[in-house]
Amino acid sequence: MGEIALKNPTNLAAGRSYDLGGDCCSSGAMVLNEATSPAADFDDFVSADPTAFVESDQDGNAILHTLVENMHCANCIKTIEQTLKSNPAVLDARVNFSTRRLFLRWLPDGVDVGELVKPIIALGYPLTPYNPAMIISAAAEENARLLRALAVAGFAAANVMLLSVSVWAGLFSEDMGPATRDFLHWISAMVALPAVAYAGQPFFKSAVAALRAGRLNMDVPISLAVVLAAGMSLAETVQGGEYVYFDASVTLLFFLLIGRYLDNAARSKARSAAERLLLLKAVAATIIQKDGSLKTVPVEAVTPGTHVKIMVGDRLPVDGVIVQGRSDLDVSLITGESLPSVVSAGDNVFAGTLNLSAPLEIEATKTGDNTLLGDIVRLMEAAEQGRAKYVRLADRIAGFYAPAVHILAAGTFIGWWILAGSWQNALMQAVAVLIITCPCALGLAVPVVQVVASGRLLMKGILVKAADGLERLAEVDTIVFDKTGTLTEGRLDLVNRDEITSAHLDLAARIARNSRHPLARAVARAGKGAAEYLEVEECPGEGLKAQLNGKVIRLGNRNFCHVSDDAASGKAPGPELWLKIENEDAIQFRFRDRLRPGAHAAIENLKALGFKIDLLSGDRKAVVAELAEALGIENWYAQKKPEDKVAHLKSLEAKGHKVLMVGDGLNDAPALASAHVSLSPASAADISQTAADFVFQGRNLSAVAETIHVARASKRLIFQNFSLAFLYNAIAIPLAVAGLVTPLIAAVAMSASSLVVCLNSLRLRMERRGATR
Amino acid sequence: MNVLIYLIPVALFLGGIGLAAFLWSLKSGQYEDLEGAANRILIDDENDEIS
Repeated sequence: MGEIALKNPTNLAAGRSYDLGGDCCSSGAMVLNEATSPAADFDDFVSADPTAFVESDQDGNAILHTLVENMHCANCIKTIEQTLKSNPAVLDARVNFSTRRLFLRWLPDGVDVGELVKPIIALGYPLTPYNPAMIISAAAEENARLLRALAVAGFAAANVMLLSVSVWAGLFSEDMGPATRDFLHWISAMVALPAVAYAGQPFFKSAVAALRAGRLNMDVPISLAVVLAAGMSLAETVQGGEYVYFDASVTLLFFLLIGRYLDNAARSKARSAAERLLLLKAVAATIIQKDGSLKTVPVEAVTPGTHVKIMVGDRLPVDGVIVQGRSDLDVSLITGESLPSVVSAGDNVFAGTLNLSAPLEIEATKTGDNTLLGDIVRLMEAAEQGRAKYVRLADRIAGFYAPAVHILAAGTFIGWWILAGSWQNALMQAVAVLIITCPCALGLAVPVVQVVASGRLLMKGILVKAADGLERLAEVDTIVFDKTGTLTEGRLDLVNRDEITSAHLDLAARIARNSRHPLARAVARAGKGAAEYLEVEECPGEGLKAQLNGKVIRLGNRNFCHVSDDAASGKAPGPELWLKIENEDAIQFRFRDRLRPGAHAAIENLKALGFKIDLLSGDRKAVVAELAEALGIENWYAQKKPEDKVAHLKSLEAKGHKVLMVGDGLNDAPALASAHVSLSPASAADISQTAADFVFQGRNLSAVAETIHVARASKRLIFQNFSLAFLYNAIAIPLAVAGLVTPLIAAVAMSASSLVVCLNSLRLRMERRGATR
Repeated sequence: MNVLIYLIPVALFLGGIGLAAFLWSLKSGQYEDLEGAANRILIDDENDEIS
């Protein structure tokens, strides 16, 4: 039975405890420890002020939509919902576990929303409010529409098949009267025709759109086959004919809709991941009004000239000039540098940077799309347009398959008309060819593999964001890595632990705990330091000052601790901190951005697989050179600006290479978007995750090789599936052209080929089981 | 074979009930949080006591 240690002591004082009732969240806690995502690290995460996002519904109740981080299991749902509902003002608290969202409705009288959600944040579930209008629900609607069509097609397919089996049995035993047969045909028609009209719409619309644009896609032969089969069968029924294809037309739709649904579900999942990241950006800004009072507004409402208050731990919402204050800014998002820069009045600051040590007042100069962040987003979008030219494998095949099928059907029609003389009979054979060649298995070949591959990658913590990402990844021959945050952890760690006594380290950790500066956080992580309260003064850009037992203790840079330059000479360069207790000798703490675990092995492995590997960084030459040497990467390039990175990728592309870009910083985002395919860690900047085709969780870089492996395996499977589909066609088409196909043969052949394709795709799952054994 | 006159409509009707039930469940939002639903079965009800 685990009881969570509460972050916020006030809750303990209130006598509340939250029994998690199980071991489940202990695994959750483990995930938390391993996670390097800034959002998952709840010390780092700052929940935005939700006041600006409260709306009211038609009954006058207040409502709030937020995203929730760190949910892992049923207990998390229970804890969040019950904690909220224990407040008498709350009417409704509902967590959506799949999309990690929380909907909250309460009586607004005298209830402050900040107080309302505080216990949840204190429990370690950071909340980010969002505006539900920002979510485009088109994808979800499309999904629901396909599901409805699928249900209707399934219903019709099952019932028509039931009737068809009776007809086939009757034809076989030759004792069914024509009246009974016609009766069954008429009922089939009554079920199948409305079903085709309803469930076929996704295909008809797409086919019409393609024809209007003067193109042919897979949906054209599909629509033609379905409509002609249904129409011809109706004509046959009216004339009391023997062969009708109602069952073929609806089962065809049913199978194809399964493929279409899977495809769409994968895409909308990817899209919702991207949306979620966009939402995370939409935080509030605190503006200072003319009369000096503070007001929280959505970022969009901030205009140039407005004074904005930036509290410690806030991300800057706009570009601006500092009016008041001096602080450290974490600029890693923009430049990729791991050390913060010191800023003071008059300095230009940029949206997306994080305020670390002291409150700031800035005057907004640029907002929204005009910020540096906006510029980078534009650069990224421009790069993305180039990639939109990529044509998916299935569409490329449709490009020659569709005309071939049409020519074949037309040839059959003309041939039978000339040879047999009756155009009705000729039409019948032509329709049979269309039905038999209808790309049922082709429609399933890609989506099923994709779903299985995504599932397999998801288990390894790799999220497939682009629907065609796997196809593109399988073609890659060159891999370009970013340095900070990709090959390294993007987080500084203490390296000279052995030179420092435990007492000193714990004292330093105790002081450091009060700061958000990355070096201080590294010290806090390394030392134990009891969480007792300590009066600490933070001097931005210099260090921390504390009083203990009448002694002044300083933790900060060289000048701050009065260390002469010679005392430090001879020691390895790099980020450092000094601890000085009254007049004792100062103690040095040295730090380094550590390599990700497995980085070395991953690079070796990828090299062995024959990939060309480049290192592209915005950092200084010496640092990049050292790292490249350590990892054995021959081609490295330092001090590259975002546009230089894009240019580098372009030049590689011009040489005919297909490039995989792995990066995390905001400065990598344009490069991620312009590369043939891209991958970013979950700790990356939101915008980079949005740009990347794949996002991997966890710290280990072996995810890169794993993703490539799965991509190649799924490409192989897709080709096998296509081959199986073509093999089936190679057998069935001659029969159809020769006029030997009956509705029974069509039904059996179609279902069998679809099943074979699905089963073949599932082999990707089996391989995983074998590998883990 | 006159029994078909009754049996086929009955079969279609039963199938139709299944279809209607599915469409209803879709409309009432039961497919919006599949992972959540899978997890919620593990949550005990407040007034559920084993004596």
